[in-house]
Amino acid sequence: MFSPLMMNTWVTASIVAVIAGIVGFFAVLRGSTFAAHAIPNGAFAGAAGASLLGINVIWGLAVFAVAGALGIGTLGADTRGRRAREDVVTALALVVMLGLGALFVSISSQYAEETYALLFGEVFGVSRGEVLPILGLGVVVAIAIGVAFRPLMLTSALPEVAEARGVSTRGVELYFLIVMALATSMTVPVVGALLMFSLMIGPAAAARSVTARPGTAMTLSVVIALATVWLSIALSYQTNWPLGFFVGTIGAAFYLIGLAARAVAPRRAQAVIS
Amino acid sequence: MHYLFEPGLFSSGPVRTALLVGAVVAVTSGVIGVFTVLRGQSFAGHSLADVATTGGSGAFLVGLNQFWGFLVAGVVAAALMEAIGVQRRRGRDVATGVVLGAALGAAALFLYLGTLQTATTGASFTVLFGSIFVISPDTVPALIASGAIALLVIAVLARVLLLTSVSPDLARARGVNVRLVGTAYLAALAVSVSLAAVAIGAVLSTALLIGPSATALRVTRSPGRAMAASAVTGLAATWLGIVLAYDSYYWPPHGHGWPVSFFVVTLVLVGYLLSYIRPRGRQVPRSPHEEAPECGPETSVGAVR
Repeated sequence: MFSPLMMNTWVTASIVAVIAGIVGFFAVLRGSTFAAHAIPNGAFAGAAGASLLGINVIWGLAVFAVAGALGIGTLGADTRGRRAREDVVTALALVVMLGLGALFVSISSQYAEETYALLFGEVFGVSRGEVLPILGLGVVVAIAIGVAFRPLMLTSALPEVAEARGVSTRGVELYFLIVMALATSMTVPVVGALLMFSLMIGPAAAARSVTARPGTAMTLSVVIALATVWLSIALSYQTNWPLGFFVGTIGAAFYLIGLAARAVAPRRAQAVIS
Repeated sequence: MHYLFEPGLFSSGPVRTALLVGAVVAVTSGVIGVFTVLRGQSFAGHSLADVATTGGSGAFLVGLNQFWGFLVAGVVAAALMEAIGVQRRRGRDVATGVVLGAALGAAALFLYLGTLQTATTGASFTVLFGSIFVISPDTVPALIASGAIALLVIAVLARVLLLTSVSPDLARARGVNVRLVGTAYLAALAVSVSLAAVAIGAVLSTALLIGPSATALRVTRSPGRAMAASAVTGLAATWLGIVLAYDSYYWPPHGHGWPVSFFVVTLVLVGYLLSYIRPRGRQVPRSPHEEAPECGPETSVGAVR
């Protein structure tokens, strides 16, 4: 399991898990769960299109994901809650994106395998060509989060205070959506568009159930994401069953454990913004 | 016209089956979709679609027709949802998202195992994105019957359904078993989702559920007329989608054909956008769950002043 061939897989998946854990922490904090569902759908079309054109799939993912993030952010579809009218257009647009992806995939010759890989993940097939972009994206996302940590935290927890201090919540929201889009582009090749939610949101939500302290929650989110991915790789390697199955199931399991832990011992720590 | 109706269109068996099944799907989804939007339960439809993915994959694994998988999984989930109260959730919150993620993960597993066992590779695509051109004729009666039963349930419950969506408490006061009605509605919704999943795939099925009905509700206030308009809109999108998909055999890449579901969902979106072309000043009908702006805080403050 730890042969040189597999190292690619372990390293790539670990990077993805760390980034997913960090970005997911903010997504759960900000309630951006709709975006976490929506962006991968658009990204799927981009990936399928890129594959059809023979371009590196990551670029297709990134372009469509960022475009989707910009669309969601600027059209004002509220990612933090749901308003009736924009909903229908966004919902239909997302489905059209999936349909577009289906079109691209069906035109390509490998349509069955490709459908599967793009939607359910294929970490073992991550090629050399994809490792470097994933690594690069990871660095970019990490820096983007690090640089904007305080505004992100402030706008998530105390939006009015942020506005009073001159921080544009709309601007930060757009910024975060783009960051999430980039994180999506590196996560989808590993776990697939349909299961990205499980990896990005599951561990973060589990962590938040247990503690509200930002630093602890984010660290725990990363730890759980890593654990999910490592367990999934190991089990997938042994059984040959798809990685996505394990990510979905283990992600849900951790989330339920988090809920159970909160039921048993309600968290005491309040969020502290220093 | 010749280019729209390419040669052999109407004499093709699969096309005729597709048109028939497409009609059943469009009418069922159109009617039930109106109730779904009025009840604000679009997310329930979405959840059922994800569950249907798991069911369809499971059916494929055990060698059954995908429709039965969609149906059984959907109806079971509908019963559970009513029991747990999940359908009242408005959006993809974390809990449902994670649970549905696990369901999709299971779908991944079933598709993989099924592909191993049967050595057919197309199942992932047909379960997720539809199989309207490859429906086996012996399932057609079952499809039609399911649609008819679902529509019958809705027809019988129509008044009560409208009442419970507008005012559940009033309904209860009048002795209506709101729970039972809710479950019956969700079961009918599950049937509708299953039919749509056969036509355009589990992942894309919500388009036929929400799109035409949202379009219709933009155009008319009356639920009855909305149902008719919704069915017609859905029918137009579905039939035109089938025709275009057949025609696309002659488009590049030649001899391959584009997926029906792509055309259908795009047409549904186009139809919805077209409904925005309407004379200004007309009152846009609202879901009972939305507050009219006249009731907003700004106007009441203004009134006080």
